[in-house]
This record gives sequence, C-alpha cells and structure tokens, in this order.
Amino acid sequence: MSKYLLPVILFFILTSFLFVGLYRDPTEVSSPLLGKPVPQFSLPRLADSEAMFSEDEFLGKVSLLNVWASWCVACREEHPVLTELAHRHEVILYGLNYKDDTADARQYLVEHGNPFLASAVDASGRIGIEWGVYGVPETFVIDKNGIIRYKHIGVITWRDAEEKLLPLIGQLQNETS
Amino acid sequence: MIPEIGHFALILALCLAFVQTLVPILGAQTNTVQWMAVAKPAARGQLLFIAVSYVCLTYSFISNDFSVLYVANNSNTALPLHYKISAVWGAHEGSLLLWVLMLGLWTVAVTVFSSSLPRDMVARVLGVMGFVSVGFLLFTLLTSNPFERVFPSPVEGRDLNPLLQDPGLVIHPPMLYMGYVGFSVAFAFAIAALLGGKLDSIWARWSRPWVIYAWVFLTIGITLGSWWAYHELGWGGWWFWDPVENASFMPWLVGTALVHSLAVTDKRSNLKNWTVLLAILAFSLSLLGTFLVRSGVLVSVHAFATDPARGLYILIFLAVVIGGSLSLYALRAPSIQSSGQFEIFSRETALLINNVLLLVAMLTILVGTLYPLFVSALNLPSLSVGKPYFDLVFSALTLPLVLVVGIGPFMRWKSTPVGQVIRRLLKIAVIGLVAGLVLPLMVAGKSSILVTLGATLGAWSIASAAYYLFKNLRQTGRGMHFFRRLGKIPHATWGMSIAHLGIGVFVLGVTFVSAFEQVRELPMQVGQKAELSGYVFQLDGVQDVQGPNYLSKQASVRVFKNGEPVALLLPEKRTYLVQQNPMTEAGIDSGFLRDVYVALGEQVDSQTWGMRLYYKPFVQWIWLGATLMAFGGILAALDRRYRLRLKRGKKTTVADVHERQVAAVS
Repeated sequence: MSKYLLPVILFFILTSFLFVGLYRDPTEVSSPLLGKPVPQFSLPRLADSEAMFSEDEFLGKVSLLNVWASWCVACREEHPVLTELAHRHEVILYGLNYKDDTADARQYLVEHGNPFLASAVDASGRIGIEWGVYGVPETFVIDKNGIIRYKHIGVITWRDAEEKLLPLIGQLQNETS
Repeated sequence: MIPEIGHFALILALCLAFVQTLVPILGAQTNTVQWMAVAKPAARGQLLFIAVSYVCLTYSFISNDFSVLYVANNSNTALPLHYKISAVWGAHEGSLLLWVLMLGLWTVAVTVFSSSLPRDMVARVLGVMGFVSVGFLLFTLLTSNPFERVFPSPVEGRDLNPLLQDPGLVIHPPMLYMGYVGFSVAFAFAIAALLGGKLDSIWARWSRPWVIYAWVFLTIGITLGSWWAYHELGWGGWWFWDPVENASFMPWLVGTALVHSLAVTDKRSNLKNWTVLLAILAFSLSLLGTFLVRSGVLVSVHAFATDPARGLYILIFLAVVIGGSLSLYALRAPSIQSSGQFEIFSRETALLINNVLLLVAMLTILVGTLYPLFVSALNLPSLSVGKPYFDLVFSALTLPLVLVVGIGPFMRWKSTPVGQVIRRLLKIAVIGLVAGLVLPLMVAGKSSILVTLGATLGAWSIASAAYYLFKNLRQTGRGMHFFRRLGKIPHATWGMSIAHLGIGVFVLGVTFVSAFEQVRELPMQVGQKAELSGYVFQLDGVQDVQGPNYLSKQASVRVFKNGEPVALLLPEKRTYLVQQNPMTEAGIDSGFLRDVYVALGEQVDSQTWGMRLYYKPFVQWIWLGATLMAFGGILAALDRRYRLRLKRGKKTTVADVHERQVAAVS
C-alpha cells in the first residue's frame, strides 16, 4: 500500500510549495544580505581581464549591481530598461556577468549596447553564491556606504523602474554617507 | 450582442459539462443504461456551444469590436486579418477558450470512435473528460471571461503583442494545446479503468493510438515553438530552458515514456500499475504547465498577465484533479495484478530503463524549473540554476537514453538470446563509431572528444533504426518485389524506426551546431564585405519599409561563396506602432547542411550598422529530427491493428491472437 501512496504524498508536498509561491511576489524575496555590506570579492573586469573589480568600487555613490548573462533570455527583456536608467536617469550601473562565456558576454554588450560602467566576470558562479544570487537577472541597490538596500529578482519592468528603483535611488542619494 | 451570445453559449456549455460529468458516471456505478447514454449527446452539445462561443469571439476580433476588453487589449484595426484570427489565442482568456474547444474536440472524437467499447467504460471516460471541462469552463467564466465589455469603449485597440505576430506563432499554441489536452483522453481512460476496477489490457490497447496522436501534436507544437524562437528572437538559439518551454517539455517526456510503457501493457499485460501512473502524470503535468504559465508563480519571458486569484483557482483545481486521481490510484493500484514474467535481458527491461530515464529527465527539469520557488519558500541559502544546469544535466541523461534507443528494438519480449543481440549491436556500434570519428572531420575538419561522442550517439541511433528496418525487410514477404515488401512491413515498425531515426538526426544536429557554429559581430558600412566560414556577406543598403502596423529598417545583405552568389538576405528591425516594441526579424538562408543567418543590430552612424552574422551547420537537423519523430508517431498510430480493432470491436478473433503471437516473436 505504502508505495502506492508515494505519488499522492509527493504531489501534496509540491502543491504546498506552489501555494506558498502564489502569495509571494517572485520579484520581492527577502535576502539575508539586505542591510549588510556587500560581500568582499575580487573579480576580473569584462572589458579588461587584467584589471580587477572589487567591493570598494561601490563606496561613495548609490549604484545598482545587475546580475546578467548572455544566455539569459529574460536579461534581453530588461536590457532596454537598464539602458534607459543608465543614459537618461544617469544611474550608476554595474554588472555581474554570471556563469557566462566571456566572448559571448562581450558580443552581447556590443550588440545590445553597454549600460554598465563596468562588469565583473563571475565565470564559475562562486561570487554569485556569496551574493545569494539564485537566478538571472537579479538587481541589487547599493547605497553610498556599500550597504545592500534592496534586491530585485527577475526582469525589471518599466513600472518597477519608475515605481520602485528610481524613487529608492533618489532617496538614497539624499542620505549622507 | 454577439459577445453576449458567446458568453451565454459558454454558460450553456458549462451546464452540459456538469450533466456530462454526473449522469454517466452515476449511471456506470449503478448500471443504469439510460443514464450512461446521456454521455454522448451531452459531450456533442457541449462542443457545439463552445464552438459557438469561440466563433463569437473570433467575430468580435474580425469586426474590431473594441467594446470587448479582451479584443481592445489584443487587437488593432491595422492588424492583418490572419493575425486577428490568431489573436483569439494571443493572451490568457482566449487561450483558455481554445483549451476547452480542443478538449471538446477530443471528447467528441472519443464519442465517435468508441462504439465498440464497453458501455460503462465509455460513460466513465466521457464523465471524467466532462469533469475536466467543468473545471476549465468555470475557471474561464469566473476569473477570465473573454467577453467582458468595457465602457466607454476605446476607439483603437492596443494591438497584439508583436512577438506573437509571426506565422510560426499562429499554429504553435493550437498544436501545443492539442497535445496537452490530448493526454486527457489517456488520463480519462486510466481513471475510468480505476473507477470501474477493471484494469485489463483493453484500456491500454484503446489508449495507445490516442496517446500517440496527442504525443505527435505536442511534438509538433514544441518543434514549432523552437523554430519560432530561432527565427523571431534574433539571436540564433533554439531552446532556452525558459519555464514556459519546460512546462511543455515535461509532459512530452512523460508522454514519451507512456507511449513505450503502453506497448508493454498492451502486448504483455505487464507494468499495468506503472502505465496507469504515467497516464495520470502526463495529464497532470499538462495541467501543471498551465498553472505555471497562468499563475505568475515563476518569472518568465513568455508568461501571460499574472493574477493570484487565477493562480489560486488553478491550484485548487490541480489539487482536486491530480490529488484525487493519485489517491484513487493509491486505493486501487495494490489490487491490480500484472501477469507475465520477464527476464532481465528482454524488451520489457529495455523499455523500463527508457521509462526510468525519461522520468528522471522530467524530474530534473521539474526541480530546475521550480527551484526558485523552493528556495524562496524555505528561505534557503541559494544556488543558481539556469541554462548551465539544464545543459549539463540533460546531456548527461541523453547519453544513456540514446544508447537504449539503439538497443531496445533488437530485444525480444520476455527473454532475448544474448549472443545474437550482441552480435547485431556490435555491427551497429562499429558503424556508429566510424561515423562519429569521420563525420565531424567532414563537416568541420576538426573534432573533439565531446563532438565524437555526440556524433557517435547520433549515428548509432540512425544505424540501429536502419538496420532494424533492413532486418524486417529480409524477413517479410520473401520472393516478392522490393516495393511490395516495403509495404508489407507493419506501419508500427516503420513508425518506431523513423521516430528513432529522428532522434539520431536531432542528436547530430545539436552536436554539430553547438560545436561548429560560427558567429561574427561587427559594425558594417554600406558596401562593406565581411567573411565568415567561407561565406562573404556584403551589406548593400538599409531601407525603410512600411508594414501594415509597423515601420521597419530592412537591410539587404548578399551572401557569396567562392565568388558565386548564394542568397539575398533581408534582416529587419521592426518597430510596432502601437506598443512601440522593437522586434528583430532575422534574415536566414536555410539549407540541408547549413544555415547562414544575419541579424540587424543598432545603427552606428548614417552609413554603418551593427550586424551579427552566423554560420550554423546542421541546425535544420534539429527540427528535421523532431519532425521525423512526429511523422513516425503518425505512422505508428495508423497501424493496421488499431484500425482492425475498430471494426472488429471487443471480440477477440483467431487472427487477433495470431497477430499477437507474431508480434510477440518479432
């Protein structure tokens, strides 16, 4: 009897997860890193793999860190939004190029335009783990003291940009460091 | 007026669906013939009203009735007529209507072709299908009414999502839905058998062609989706492991397992429990796919508008249908006896291994797709999944799977003489290995261990299928003319061999395109030439083109090989006027051995454009292989055995017994 019950038990475990998932906005997941300084890391830059990119880069200004990859379909969706943020709203945007082929990543930026001031190359995904990345794209908002203040999971829509990110960035810019 | 008729017809369809569920099932339980007889007319009436409703919505689209909210959101006066018709299923509400229309069609098909089945069986099957229909009609009427009016009505519609304005996308969703919904037939048969407590192999034999047809539709649907992505998304990929793609791939994997395990249950009366479970799973995954796409639980590029109320409804429906069926299974399965023993070295074992591998593949995709959900619900520290995860896990699973595909057909039911099979397989393995070593060198002049492995597997599968056909040809109709002998081979044998051949073709395509594809990205001035893999691309100019509802920059690129013109490609960058979305239309010259593919990028200055050039060897083989699989499925479903049975009914004749003996030996 017991082995025949297994499918239905597994199914109801799955259902409970789906139920919980239904009431969570998949773009807003609390991250244990919120309110904490960015994790220490040192990664090569996409434009020049000799030069390194480290957490000091975030100090003294409000910036976004966008986790992206050339294989990520959703990233293409949000790319125009990122471009608009960088060019029209002069938001400082960094990229974390995640588990990607460096040549592909460079091509991607040539083709779609490069909204990033700089991108760090996390080919193995190890730094992604420290940042608590669980999918691409994700975007972190970092304040002048290098503290992670907000995390957006999934595609940034125009509405997300206007209603969440831009007001938050404006507010953080008014804070003293 | 017309939309109200559509709405009302939908409500009537719901009423009939209720009748179709309750009366026949109660009739079957109490053995009341008149009640059971209600099933057929109720099912046909239901389809009629759904069709009326569907036609009303289509009419609203064609007549630009923007007082209907759904039409206003998904159409526009400038939208070409064929896209107005296909816009009916361009978003959530209409695609649900398409879903129930398909379900109605399948149900009526069952009423037409089931005259020889036991009466109570038919009543239960139609009752179960009616219940599924009740669920979806209620869902449509309560949360997603496509006929909702809006006042004051807008003067102009917001247009169909430009991504969906493509011929491929016109037929992709209906095919996919035909497949999804088609699994409801096998599901209904399985539930009917469990309800009736009679799980003999009749239900398996009866479900077989239905399952194969559903599988064929799903195969075609997925193939078209992949082909569309290749053409429309403009970066030359053909599969992205997007949650919505995965949602259609999971039922396909289980459906494939079901097609194979049904063979065992039909011919050997074995693995009955397992087959029933797969029939339930295949349809459950179709429902789960619908939930994932509709509920917004997962973030996806394909996802339609999201709404928790809808998600909650589908989740409850899922819990009732899937939870109910699995509970029924847990209750009834222990008493089902599988007859017939088999040895380790037998066709049964080969098919069981195939089933396990397919199911594991499905589970890895399920876990990968729902991973973000588990993580967020449990607040776990996270790891990442995405294309890298799926590519790795899936290639690892494909290897043993394709290996078994090559072995399976040579195994006999019950037990197989080991030496004979190994001798045959050795020949095939040698052919495969030689081809694996030589083909990459012929295609690209270079190779690597992974490419050799992939090419060997592909060639192994093709060689095995060809050898199996050859073996059958030698054994049938000795002394007859060659073509008559070809005709003597049963359709099922042809079907299986062609489908397995398709797998080989697919594997070769994937191997070569991923290993040898070339891409070049560069700014090109008008008149400039660029070279890639022996092809010279010349940008002749970029013109403005005015489409019915878009403006376009169209580049003309001439392609030469060895100085000879090969193709004129016209890649476009379109801006759709209403939604202001930029869309790429790649310029592609497809060939049997290679595609050359050009996408137009950003304008750099007045004479210079960013261009992306691709050389993609064997990429068409991916879809060719998938098409062969679908074609093999159609042949298998057309096998004489199923057609004879239609006429003959449930009486088992001497010929039938003889046929089964022949089949058991071959």
